[in-house]
Amino acid sequence: MGMVVRLRDPFMDWVRRIDEIINAVNFEGNTAKIDATGLTHKELNDLIRLCVEKGADKIILKNVCGQRYIGTRLYFPGKRVEIEIYGTPGNDLGMFMNGHRIVVHGNAQDGVGNTMNEGEIVVEGRAGDVVAMSMRGGRIFIRDDVGYRTAIHMKEYREKVPVLVIGGSSQDFLGEYMAGGVVLLLGLNSKKHRANYIGTGMHGGVIYIRGKVEPYQFGKEVGIVEMEEEDYRRVEGLVEDYLKFFRGKGVDEKLEVDEVMGEKFTKLVPVSKRPYGRIYTY
Amino acid sequence: MKMKSHLLPEFMIERDEERCDNCKVCVKQCPFGVHYYDEETGKVYSKEELCVGCQRCVVYCPRNALKVIPYPGHYRPNDYWHEEYIRDIKKQAETGGIILTSCGSARRAKVYWDHILLNASQVTNPSIDPLREPMELRTFLGRKPDRLEIELDENGDVEIKTELSPNLMIETPILFAGMSYGAISYNAFKSLAMAAKRFGTLFNTGEGGMPKDMREEFKDCAIVQCASGRFGVDPEYFNYSAAIEIKIGQGAKPGIGGHLPGEKVTATISSTRMIPEGTDAISPAPHHDIYSIEDLSMLIYALKEVTNYEKPVCVKIAAVHNVAAIASGMVRAGADIIAIDGFRGGTGATPKIMREHVGIPVELALAAVDQRLREEGIRNKCSIIVGGGIRCAADVVKAIALGADAVYIGTAALIALGCTMCQRCHTGKCAWGICTQDPELSKRLNPKVGAERAYNLLRAWSLEIKDVLGGMGINAIESLRGNRDHLRGIGLEEWELKVLGIKGAGE
Amino acid sequence: MINRVSVTDGRVTKEIQACAVFGVMDRSGRRFDGKMIIEAMKNMRVRGNGLGGGFAVYGIYPEYKDYYALHVMFQDDDPDLKQEVDEFLYRNFDVVHDEEIPTNEEANVVDPPLFWRYFVMPQKKGEDKKLSDDDYVVKKVMYINTCIDNAYVFSSGKNMGVFKGVGFPEEIADFFMLESEYKGYIWTAHSRFPTNTPGWWGGAHPFCILDWTVVHNGEISSYGTNRRYLEMYGYYCTLYTDTEVIAYAVDLLMRKQGLPIEVVAKIFAPPMWDQIDRMDEKKRKFYTTLRMVYAPLLINGPFTVIIAHHGEMIGLTDRIRLRPITAGEKGDMLFVSSEEAAIRAVCPDLDRVWTPHGGEPVIGRLNDVKRVEKVVE
Ligand code: SF4
Ligand code: SF4
Repeated sequence: MGMVVRLRDPFMDWVRRIDEIINAVNFEGNTAKIDATGLTHKELNDLIRLCVEKGADKIILKNVCGQRYIGTRLYFPGKRVEIEIYGTPGNDLGMFMNGHRIVVHGNAQDGVGNTMNEGEIVVEGRAGDVVAMSMRGGRIFIRDDVGYRTAIHMKEYREKVPVLVIGGSSQDFLGEYMAGGVVLLLGLNSKKHRANYIGTGMHGGVIYIRGKVEPYQFGKEVGIVEMEEEDYRRVEGLVEDYLKFFRGKGVDEKLEVDEVMGEKFTKLVPVSKRPYGRIYTY
Repeated sequence: MKMKSHLLPEFMIERDEERCDNCKVCVKQCPFGVHYYDEETGKVYSKEELCVGCQRCVVYCPRNALKVIPYPGHYRPNDYWHEEYIRDIKKQAETGGIILTSCGSARRAKVYWDHILLNASQVTNPSIDPLREPMELRTFLGRKPDRLEIELDENGDVEIKTELSPNLMIETPILFAGMSYGAISYNAFKSLAMAAKRFGTLFNTGEGGMPKDMREEFKDCAIVQCASGRFGVDPEYFNYSAAIEIKIGQGAKPGIGGHLPGEKVTATISSTRMIPEGTDAISPAPHHDIYSIEDLSMLIYALKEVTNYEKPVCVKIAAVHNVAAIASGMVRAGADIIAIDGFRGGTGATPKIMREHVGIPVELALAAVDQRLREEGIRNKCSIIVGGGIRCAADVVKAIALGADAVYIGTAALIALGCTMCQRCHTGKCAWGICTQDPELSKRLNPKVGAERAYNLLRAWSLEIKDVLGGMGINAIESLRGNRDHLRGIGLEEWELKVLGIKGAGE
Repeated sequence: MINRVSVTDGRVTKEIQACAVFGVMDRSGRRFDGKMIIEAMKNMRVRGNGLGGGFAVYGIYPEYKDYYALHVMFQDDDPDLKQEVDEFLYRNFDVVHDEEIPTNEEANVVDPPLFWRYFVMPQKKGEDKKLSDDDYVVKKVMYINTCIDNAYVFSSGKNMGVFKGVGFPEEIADFFMLESEYKGYIWTAHSRFPTNTPGWWGGAHPFCILDWTVVHNGEISSYGTNRRYLEMYGYYCTLYTDTEVIAYAVDLLMRKQGLPIEVVAKIFAPPMWDQIDRMDEKKRKFYTTLRMVYAPLLINGPFTVIIAHHGEMIGLTDRIRLRPITAGEKGDMLFVSSEEAAIRAVCPDLDRVWTPHGGEPVIGRLNDVKRVEKVVE
């Protein structure tokens, strides 16, 4: 065929120089406001990074619509920035994020907190697939539902235990290959959880599910165990935070911790740390 | 159920009673428990059914008393029901499991390197003497622009206007392939890092993270991998590197993940991978954030974001059927370097069925990819590294002439450290201290000595490459790159010559 | 030169590609211009790479609504080529009107072919009289596409049209002036990230057969099985894309065999056996039979498709949802998209936005929306 076709890089080709887009930024004290209208993914992140380098510790993003990797290019060990997002952030929100806090006033897409290291993400809405994939530290709170493969391969190491709280329900493969961390699925708006293959391949961590869920919905590598005192305490703490974040923002003002805690909780843990040890021969 | 094993031994041990003085060195050396000392008779004996043929005892026997040879007994010869099939069936009947093995494919299949011959200058242009004249192997890996825009100021000074993508500079077109700390011992891992640093090339962390204590010292010569398991992956890891490699697949086991069994996840491995001690480290088959080419693009740019666009991003795939089209997509997705691992590529553990039956030879894959990228006019947008069974400097030269920018060596590097290709890495009992996490065994490899051996190999091959280049009348490696005119095929069919893009010998 | 590989050659390489998809429908039947979908596609630019973009629009030719609208591209400047096609069409159809498809000379596209449209009615003769109008049109279109080099019919439905080519979707829209020239009640669009045959305008998507169009994201791994099964039913794949195979499968199952989309969705993306094993007897028997009979049409591997024909737009993903889909609605407007942000970019205040489960279709019908939940439970 031998047809030479220009290589076009949709990610880089439309990127303007900082001085061409700097007008989108508005600095007030240590707060930077950025109007994301018409900014490409990289441009927005260029500006966010610039603001942080210039000393901003709070960044407010307006009119975000699909821009990816917000929070990713902020590897400044020791620094902690708060980012507020209005609109719909794009995929991989807070991917690899290291210690910052993001609040989304709206929905998020796929890959929220992908391989996130530290920090906190709060989404006042729903999120897409692979939320908290390979997450290894920090906390994520999603007010409503999440998609497929949530918390897939989440991991923990010593005191670094990632936490994911979902107010709504999840789709299939929640906690697949999960190797550590805590997932709390509240199911506040659903009669019954629909997810199948929950915890398939799970070999670490714990999943708490509030509300009705049948044994066949679990992968064969998970076991159901009794909720202990300690579990209730942990869950209650997370529910408190959840309500603190979302009460009046889509969650009933009057919803109390006790009411949430009144439902039945199912606790899932892996049957083995070594789920696939016995399928090989040497 | 316990049952009697029907397997025949694979090796036979001949102990020369005259020479052996029962010093018990072999008893100590053998991690597989083959040799034992009988107090009663005061003599050393062997259980040869346990022997894997690693030859450690033979090398270390102070009296040269041992010989480890293939077991001479066999079933009635049968060209179809080859012994290997009989053996595997018996093994599976006894266990019901997937047969696990390691290293690269051992099956008989055409080795294209061996059907390609190199050229040399005679009469019409001179060869160059590499010992006395400059012979350059320096190589840059990464995306290159289509053209360079420059500006001349009134003093005649030249200013480069084009923004260059980050590139890697190496002093020989040979890099150490990704082998994780976990698959190999800390000492083996460190040996390669040290050798790479000293020689001016790069090593690759594999997917097991980078030990904290090595980050500062080796950050400029490490390609750090981001694989499906995301082990030991955090922003610091990415930023302490020369480049990042997204590992999609591996020649020894295309399309499947893997796992480091819990017993190998020791304290230091657990802290490097950042998972609890003793848990299986499972690498999923795919990256769960990459289910398609535009997702690959998404991860490539995520990695560029997290490193502030300062590092090239490489994407490594196994050589599979549609490799050329896939490679084109990878370049268009933003990969600065693409690495292709042929089906001979090694591994610390793989199901035998994958090792022996999946993937294609890297020679053909390379030729197809290079040609395809040229046809599309995007070859300069990426560098190509190939690996998967590069055995000698001649293989390197042939790879570069077919179109590679550089090669990855894994198995060859381990052989330099002491590996004897016994294919038992997955047992974790490597007698040579390479593929093991047993502290007693890893101690057998001193990183200083290991580094010296690996360095020597790089040196020796580089000298050989220079020799061959000189013979061709070429004094800079870039003039060999993609120069298929210097290759001829022997014993190849028309279609094979066509895929390789070379003429037959005499043509 | 279009390089066509012989259709029965089992050794062709399939195209591998991925992309962004978007669909919008006004279920009241109101027609609207292309501005919305163009903006939405722009929002997802990074999902493509500028090597293909395309649109399908329904309701654009009300004045010729009873005629098949054939969109033809001529890859060659050779006047004889167009004459050959003209003669063929005039011989086999009653052509009420034909004209060049209006294009914008200024658009940022490279080497566009010549585009022409013909509004036609079948003129069946002899043996062909036994064929239905639809089958007759398919047959003649197939003839042009496989036997006349460098001419390619890429749209053949009534009162609808496909517009596609090499470039980012917004560039293709600009080239065909979609924003100002056309109004439709369903628009679907595709942005391509191909890894194969990049330079051919006909290779872009949507793929169209009669008024059925398919846009698709993902690379299916069952392609060979699906294609060879469809070949038994006389479908010859000429483009070697997943999209083409899915379109033919839809044509076979829905148009020819009359199965409803709810069932077709379960053929493409059936429940897992362990789920089937838990069903009540009637359902178990139904799904077991469905999987037995249509096993070769299970579409395995990642896909999101948006299928449209008059009156209906359907979004569907594979059964383990390896590709993204988001649905949204606002009044009578129904959206399906690869990303929510693209919907929000054109309709910020949605009444509802949701992500359907893998294998469960989102179906938009003229003033009758059946939601996923009703279909499955
Ligand atoms: S050291 Fe190796 S070769 Fe020697 S007996 Fe043990 S397994 Fe066999
Ligand atoms: S690394 Fe060790 S175990 Fe693996 S093949 Fe080499 S010698 Fe054998």
